[in-house]
Amino acid sequence: MDRIIAVMKKEFFRFFHDKRMLFSSVLLPGVMIYVMYSIIGQAGASQRNVEDDYQTVAYGINVPASLQPAFESMNIQFETDITDIVEMKQKVEDKEVDLILAFSQDFDAQVAVYDSMTATQPAPQVEVFYNSSRTESSKAYAAVTSVLSQYESSMINKFDVNGNTDNKYDLASDKDSTAQLFSMLFPMLLLTFVFSGCMALAPEAIAGEKERGTITTILVTPIRQTELAIGKIVSLSVMSILSAISSFIATVLSLPKLIQGDGVDNISANVYSVTDYLVIFFVLISSVIVIISVISIISAYAKSVKEAGTLVTPLMIIVMLIGLTAMFDGAAKSEIYWYFIPLFNSVQSMLQVFSFDIHIVPVIVTIVSNIVYGGIFAVVLAKMFQSERIMYSK
Amino acid sequence: MLEVRNLKKTFKLSKKQQKISKTKDKIKVAVADVSFQAERGEILGILGANGAGKTTTLRMLASILKPEAGQVLFEGKDIYQDLSAYRKRIGFLTSELKLEEFFTPNYLFDFFAKLYDMSQEETQERKQKLFEKFGIDQFAEVKVADLSTGMKQKVSLVISIVNDPDVIIFDEPTNGLDIITEKIVVDFLLELREQGKCIIISTHIFSLIEKICDRVVMIIDGKAVKEDSLENIMAGQSLEDSFFTIYQEMGGNMNG
Repeated sequence: MDRIIAVMKKEFFRFFHDKRMLFSSVLLPGVMIYVMYSIIGQAGASQRNVEDDYQTVAYGINVPASLQPAFESMNIQFETDITDIVEMKQKVEDKEVDLILAFSQDFDAQVAVYDSMTATQPAPQVEVFYNSSRTESSKAYAAVTSVLSQYESSMINKFDVNGNTDNKYDLASDKDSTAQLFSMLFPMLLLTFVFSGCMALAPEAIAGEKERGTITTILVTPIRQTELAIGKIVSLSVMSILSAISSFIATVLSLPKLIQGDGVDNISANVYSVTDYLVIFFVLISSVIVIISVISIISAYAKSVKEAGTLVTPLMIIVMLIGLTAMFDGAAKSEIYWYFIPLFNSVQSMLQVFSFDIHIVPVIVTIVSNIVYGGIFAVVLAKMFQSERIMYSK
Repeated sequence: MLEVRNLKKTFKLSKKQQKISKTKDKIKVAVADVSFQAERGEILGILGANGAGKTTTLRMLASILKPEAGQVLFEGKDIYQDLSAYRKRIGFLTSELKLEEFFTPNYLFDFFAKLYDMSQEETQERKQKLFEKFGIDQFAEVKVADLSTGMKQKVSLVISIVNDPDVIIFDEPTNGLDIITEKIVVDFLLELREQGKCIIISTHIFSLIEKICDRVVMIIDGKAVKEDSLENIMAGQSLEDSFFTIYQEMGGNMNG
């Protein structure tokens, strides 16, 4: 046990005293995530926003008198400098004008006599040309088509759907909205963060020692290979967890900024309890043990840190794909056997927590089975430390 | 004290290694038949050309590689009967060792002392003695990365004998050392001999063997072809002349 602690202490000493490593593996990922998500959210929101006093510039062709007041109230300024539709379209394409509203001639009269039940001719036409690459044009298009739809409804109004504007028809609570978004995104994000943390640490600690020859000096001492493997895996797991926590906190804090102004203002990480976060934390620890032990095995196989990095990359893609399954499933699997599959079980358990549907048995199965897999991988790593072919081949 | 009986070790060659070695053989015999004895209070030199099997032999002595055939006996017992006990009593230094640059000599010494289950007092006493001897004490808290090459080599040497071993196995002990560090290492090896330690070194430097070794084992193509006292092996000639005479008699390849 003393030797395991000595190995762990050595790894911790290096990690906590190497300011560059600490900064790049713990602080930097969190800061980067927070800053990037905030900037992306801000940029997205500013893309979607149009100033309140913006006056839409449009061309109107045969605009009927019945709709003139509505368009005036929408602050649309109709230009009259040209009459050719091709030229008008060019102006919209060139982003000089926002819209073209082209109505059939005598639109009001045609609408008045048109009966959809008996008509043999097409209905009177309204064409609205716009430029979706320009925010102002898109906004104006949405507003005008909304007015036109309301106008059409008012012509033949027989019933309204969700007509009472005072009522809230979407009954999803803040909790449900958060659950939907978090359960879709977070399992993948968290697994990726955890993996990145592990990937930054394990190759250096295992393949690096092998590359430098220091592992030979350690293995000549009375330390058992199992002690070295456990010492490495446990210490690397703790360090990776710190890295993952930093990324997790940054994501939780910056997610509302990322999705701001998208009609999902009711997203808040506060809807989850301390117990929920604790469950996530323990599931993550167990996932880290699996990931770090697998990366350690790959690193022990590699001849250099560089080779270890190359060999670990495909594993990262697999882990991300496992994380992506949360986006398709929607709800966690109920059958217990799914919770014996390493890392997929972590995704399923996180899905349970984020969707407020925690069942204790699958979560315990996840944590325990991941720790057992970690133990098995530690034995494999110890065997690899014993293998002359792996440890001393050139 | 240490007896080596008919050691044999082969390695499987990968296709890449076969290509590099320009051979179709899938197996390389690194050590075919090596036997010798090393006693307390003597320095045994293992002499041979590059690729003769010196390093593989030393690695088997250090218990890093397991012999396919033959035995290494320590005080009459096969070392694999109680590997942990054996490892507590040996020190092994390879020329390939590069210390972790982030740590200080002080930290590395303490770390290895813990792996040898040494007490705090034992560690401090031993550290003080060795650091003073090699002039490391002034640099004890300097990171390895900031040490000179000579100082790094001295730290490597000290780290390999943290446990005050009875058997000291050094692979190319003066390889790449500057002249001052080489002198310190040579003097230290002689001092260890005086203390009754059993020292086994491998080298291809004739002058080093002439200077410090009591007995010599010559390895040619994986086989120990001669084991005798330095005096008998030299037989009135220089060691270099004796080596090449024996080398050619044994059919050694002079074309490299």
